[in-house]
Amino acid sequence: MIESYLKGFEQLASNGGSAAPDWARSLRLSAITRFEALGFPTTKNEDWHFTSVAPIAEREFDLLAPPAHRVTAAQLEPLTFGATDWHTLVFVNGRYDASLSSTKGLPDGVTLVPLTRAYEELPLLVEQYLGKVAAYEGQTFTALNTAFLDDGAVLHVGREVEVARPIHLLFVSDPSAGAGTSQPHNLIVLDRSAKATVIESYAGLGDGAYFTNVVTEVVVGDGATLTHLKLQRESAQAYHVGTVDVRQARDSHLVQFSFATGAALSRTNIYTELRGEGCGATLNGLYLGDGEQHIDHQTRIEHVEPNCYSREHYKGILDGSAHGVFNGKVFVHPAAQKTDGKQTNNTLLLSEKAQIDTKPQLEIFADDVKCTHGATVGRLDETSLFYMKSRGIDARTARELLTYAFAADVLETIEQVEVREALEAATLQRYTEH
Amino acid sequence: MSSSIETLVNREYAYGFVTDVETDTLPPGLSEAVVRLISGKKEEPAWLLEWRLRAYKRWLTMKEPHWPNVKYGPLDYQSQSYYSAPRSVKPLQSLDDVDPELLRTYEKLGIPLAEQKFLSGVAVDAIFDSVSVGTTMKEELKAHGIIFCSLGEAVREHPELVQKYLGSVVPHSDNFFAALNAAVFSDGSFVYVPKGVRCPMELSTYFRINSEGTGQFERTLIVADEGSYVSYLEGCTAPKRSTSQLHAAVVELVALKDATIKYSTVQNWYAGDKEGQGGIYNFVTKRGKCVGANSKISWTQVETGSAITWKYPSVILQGDNSTGEFYSVAVVNNRQQADTGTKMIHIGRNTKSNIVSKGISAGHGQNSYRGQVKVMPKAVGARNYTQCDSMLVGNECGAHTFPYIEVGNNTAQVEHEASTSKIGEDQIFYLKQRGLSAEQAVSMIVSGFCKEVFKELPMEFALEAQQLLGITLEGSVG
Repeated sequence: MIESYLKGFEQLASNGGSAAPDWARSLRLSAITRFEALGFPTTKNEDWHFTSVAPIAEREFDLLAPPAHRVTAAQLEPLTFGATDWHTLVFVNGRYDASLSSTKGLPDGVTLVPLTRAYEELPLLVEQYLGKVAAYEGQTFTALNTAFLDDGAVLHVGREVEVARPIHLLFVSDPSAGAGTSQPHNLIVLDRSAKATVIESYAGLGDGAYFTNVVTEVVVGDGATLTHLKLQRESAQAYHVGTVDVRQARDSHLVQFSFATGAALSRTNIYTELRGEGCGATLNGLYLGDGEQHIDHQTRIEHVEPNCYSREHYKGILDGSAHGVFNGKVFVHPAAQKTDGKQTNNTLLLSEKAQIDTKPQLEIFADDVKCTHGATVGRLDETSLFYMKSRGIDARTARELLTYAFAADVLETIEQVEVREALEAATLQRYTEH
Repeated sequence: MSSSIETLVNREYAYGFVTDVETDTLPPGLSEAVVRLISGKKEEPAWLLEWRLRAYKRWLTMKEPHWPNVKYGPLDYQSQSYYSAPRSVKPLQSLDDVDPELLRTYEKLGIPLAEQKFLSGVAVDAIFDSVSVGTTMKEELKAHGIIFCSLGEAVREHPELVQKYLGSVVPHSDNFFAALNAAVFSDGSFVYVPKGVRCPMELSTYFRINSEGTGQFERTLIVADEGSYVSYLEGCTAPKRSTSQLHAAVVELVALKDATIKYSTVQNWYAGDKEGQGGIYNFVTKRGKCVGANSKISWTQVETGSAITWKYPSVILQGDNSTGEFYSVAVVNNRQQADTGTKMIHIGRNTKSNIVSKGISAGHGQNSYRGQVKVMPKAVGARNYTQCDSMLVGNECGAHTFPYIEVGNNTAQVEHEASTSKIGEDQIFYLKQRGLSAEQAVSMIVSGFCKEVFKELPMEFALEAQQLLGITLEGSVG
């Protein structure tokens, strides 16, 4: 329902978002025009071939209002990994909640503020990057998000500053969220040789059929290292479309992990452009689906300059009638000699009705490169099961252990201890009977 | 690029000559009248004309597809002729009556048609522009009950078989180029192997485009009845011309219970010159259907020619325990573009498919592998293994891989592997210090790279393919 968004846009333009600077308002205007022109993608669009967004396109979502009842810290507890000393910004229904957030102890040279304050505190930075990294010209959902540019997190880490503790951006939709939508827009900028870990969490506190459409723009400066985790644990009825778009400069590193388990329909886009020599990008992910869930991942790694490497490993476990989609693109530009790229996607189908469509893609225009990709789909390996049984492990335990081990293999790559252990524990619990 | 790699790619296209024969060519243009005229020239029965007209009407409503990863200017379907035949060809003549000029043409191509000279063990159907000029070894095949003739002849002699199977694998409405083919197809080969017969020799069709401004639209239909076996080869060449010519063929294979069909192609259409002028646009629909249980269809292709290649030999694995195979070597040099691969559709239980694709890109060539492996929800125990490797020679070419893996059954086991690499300087250096020239070194590395596919080709073809590969890559290395 494009019309309802157009109506919502007019409301936003006339009140809520009117505090934004002129350039932001004109950005919104051109984005809504683009959104209207693009419309929602159909399955004829190659990028959406296996994912129908009809459930989103056919519903009317109003922009979410602030929650009726205050969300309490206790409600957020299951989502915060027991960590008390992280720098946290909490957004409820897409709006910043200062009472739940804490940024104390941030090192000098680091700014972590909601977008509304960034307009005042980092005016040049936001004007320079907002809407520029994640191009919306060809992307309906990015255009839609940019049109409703109003709130979100802005992080700036200055030159050579290392943020020791993780920064947690927590986006929750409260039980009253119903059929509303939130459109958070984040910006992460790491200056030269800076280092930080950012965790983006999306979760539902109720079971509403709300729609979260998020865009995160990331700029990693020369020699900087960003560890970025995106954890999607939305409510079972929800819809989630999330795009992380990264630009990497010379000798920078991105270590990204995407964990997706929630939402009835979710689509995660992880894009990175290696725009300098000597960059590294590691993109890993795990998707766990059951019931009628539809979980889609699209990744794109653009090797623009020589001597960069990329590593990608996505795994999925699908049960019930869940439908998984993986589309991984590795694009090597003509100048990107000595590129070393590796991409793997493994999916485990636990039930007869689960299905997966996987499309690993290589597009290579340089000759001196080493690129491989691989994909496997199947159920648990009979020989492994037999081996374990021959060692005295009963069939059920063997099955559970192998399922867990399949997922743990990629969870182990998460460096952040609290997150890794929590996700491992949750996965173990999910696939063992108790 | 190293000097050693660069010297390897510049021999002339050896089959670029033109045969001067008087032809009966329809004026350019396509209309219902042209479809009727082609059908009339071939004295076809009413059902076939009707089928053609249905296809033509369907084609008018379809749009030319542009999703392949290839670029070319707009095609004008009204500026080419849809039928061209050497005037001397009369239906059903014996080989002795064949115009000596045509016989000489085939001899020049290395395909002698005169029986006594012919390489024993291979029967050939020679197709010149739009018609078949002769089929060898017919009598001997007849003794086994095998029908091997031009499709036109089959329509007259065995209408019941043709009517039963024509369009059963690639329907007239399948895609834009298949519909065009169904409307205007001129000739092609027809093979029927009866129950339990193992075809004693290789069957082969040699396609030659000669006339200018014509397209070639042949249609091949191979039916292997229960428990039979047939191995079929296809070769093709065309003269050098500065304008592009369209080749939109359709191949249908039908394998009934326990039958095996092996289909090998060495495609060497004229590829255009270094700047990409001329050459054949090879837009082909090839598909096999394993109808019965335990049947097997195996595609092997060596694609070295054509300005643009756009084809996906596929297998529909309908019968239980049926097997589909696809082995491919695709080489692009200069301005050639190839978007090729396969589709394996698993429908029956315990169906297996195996895909090995080797792509070599040189010069400004662009090579894409596009493949689909689809496991339907009922296809219990399906198994697929896919391997596609690309090799890049030079830094102005491209290699692309677009696999689509769609699995709807959890008992399926699907594996896909792909890699891209270049010929290493160290490999060449090693072979050179063993006394090989740079050119020999590269050709040795390339043939090692393609070995898994070449070993699937019948012996005579394997040699030819090896040589062709050398020719195509010549000058790209040095």
